[in-house]
Amino acid sequence: MGVHQTVVTTQRPAFLMIPGIIAIAFLVVPLLALISDAPWSAFPGILSSPTALEALRLSLVTSVLATIVATLVGAPLAWLLARDSLPGTRIIRALVIVPLLLPPVVSGVALLSAFGRRGVIGGVIYDATGWQFPFSTAGVVLAGTFVAMPFLIITLEGAFRSQDREIEEAAAVDGATPRMIFLRITLPLVLPALLAGITLTWARAIGEFGATITFAGNLEGTTQTMPLAVYTALESDRDSAMALSIMLLVVAVAILVSLRGYYLPSRTSRSSR
Amino acid sequence: MLPRLLPRIAALTTILTFIASPASAENRPNPYVHSIPAATITVSAAASLTDVFPVIAQAFSKRYPQLKVTFNFASSNSLVEQIRAGAPADVLATADEAVMWKATEAGLTARPLLFARNTMAIATPKGNPAGIASIADLQDPRVTVAVCADKVPCGVLASRLFQKNGLAIDPVTRELDVRGVLGKVIADQVDAGIVYATDVAAFPDDVTGIRIPSANNVTTNYPIATVVDSRNARAAKVFVDYVRYSSSAQRILRAWGFTKPW
Repeated sequence: MGVHQTVVTTQRPAFLMIPGIIAIAFLVVPLLALISDAPWSAFPGILSSPTALEALRLSLVTSVLATIVATLVGAPLAWLLARDSLPGTRIIRALVIVPLLLPPVVSGVALLSAFGRRGVIGGVIYDATGWQFPFSTAGVVLAGTFVAMPFLIITLEGAFRSQDREIEEAAAVDGATPRMIFLRITLPLVLPALLAGITLTWARAIGEFGATITFAGNLEGTTQTMPLAVYTALESDRDSAMALSIMLLVVAVAILVSLRGYYLPSRTSRSSR
Repeated sequence: MLPRLLPRIAALTTILTFIASPASAENRPNPYVHSIPAATITVSAAASLTDVFPVIAQAFSKRYPQLKVTFNFASSNSLVEQIRAGAPADVLATADEAVMWKATEAGLTARPLLFARNTMAIATPKGNPAGIASIADLQDPRVTVAVCADKVPCGVLASRLFQKNGLAIDPVTRELDVRGVLGKVIADQVDAGIVYATDVAAFPDDVTGIRIPSANNVTTNYPIATVVDSRNARAAKVFVDYVRYSSSAQRILRAWGFTKPW
């Protein structure tokens, strides 16, 4: 941090350029192919269909709720992990990022074991109330939270960990309570990382498919989010599937672009550090 | 007149015998077996064939040791989409004539043969905890029901079944293939699922089946065809004929609860 860095610019070695260009092509070509293959003339009809609008509404609502839940409980956990405030920090950290590595279908099966109507927790709820998470919109939020929260935790923990502690210590010396220090100093300092984490979490939640269909099922208007609608449409009507895919792509890109300014430090702000 | 016809009848009989020979010559060594080059054929088959086809393939590979069979099970519509997109399949077997016709019409498969018939049943979790006795019980709003998505064959059949019985049923989930429905039932996540009768027969230890009387039930025929773009066209045809005509394959189908479509 204290060392002044000199940035050497305009060097573009071929051994980095060539793989880099391959990476760009690999990631961009399928999306361009999707767009060029799309049945544009059929779009207005498909996208104004109740199935598409319901699926988009559900996707937006459930992914935003999943992101909120993940942030409310995940951000505090990230802080606890960063400050080694819990016994067995390393083990806990490993455990909470497991959903990141699991195939989503397996996450769905695990959620059923816990929250299904015969599950450890879900069974108690079902016996008491007759209500269950599966086949409900709440189940979709639960599935999204489960698979997406690790993104928030690892992004934010890294930021908390690399934070300069001197300001916090100074505030503590001046008599600030831990709560004030967290809200007034720690949190504002990690704001860019928090926003990046929230964006990643949201993106993971809106794309979620496997855990959702396994745990929450597939019913229009209740649990059929965009990815499920795309997959269901693929069964019968490829045009609809492509139109829905592009709709999801456009919405996701639009939201990412609109948030970009918040967490991607611009060149000037980076050099001013 | 008759003397002139006789040779023709004789010739016709010979031809008919020859056509029928895969079935009747079941246990004789087939002189053509060794003229078929070794190959591995990929069979894209409807999800409801998941249990029976591997058994048929085993019998098939005993008879044609140089031919190996691998499977790709999914909903019939997905299989057609995959083949349309160029997936390397040699044989297509669907759970519905309309889906196969779509593929044949698009020039993706040769002329199909009907090889089996299936009907629907209610699958309930082991022991039928919700106490479902008939299809009318599924109308109870407290009963959670899983069915297939309305565009896949088992979903089309479920809709026809409800319609035939004048029932209005709101499922809690529409799964993408019949195995999805069965999975929800086996995991005891729903009280009932509309599946094929053969699915109930295949999982006697995991689900309790409720029969639907044939007067109230609906049926579907299973077609099988070789894929036009197959790189193992001869071997594929041998498999198709084996499934349709051999008594061993047909016996296995019967044992798994399928009936004859003819």
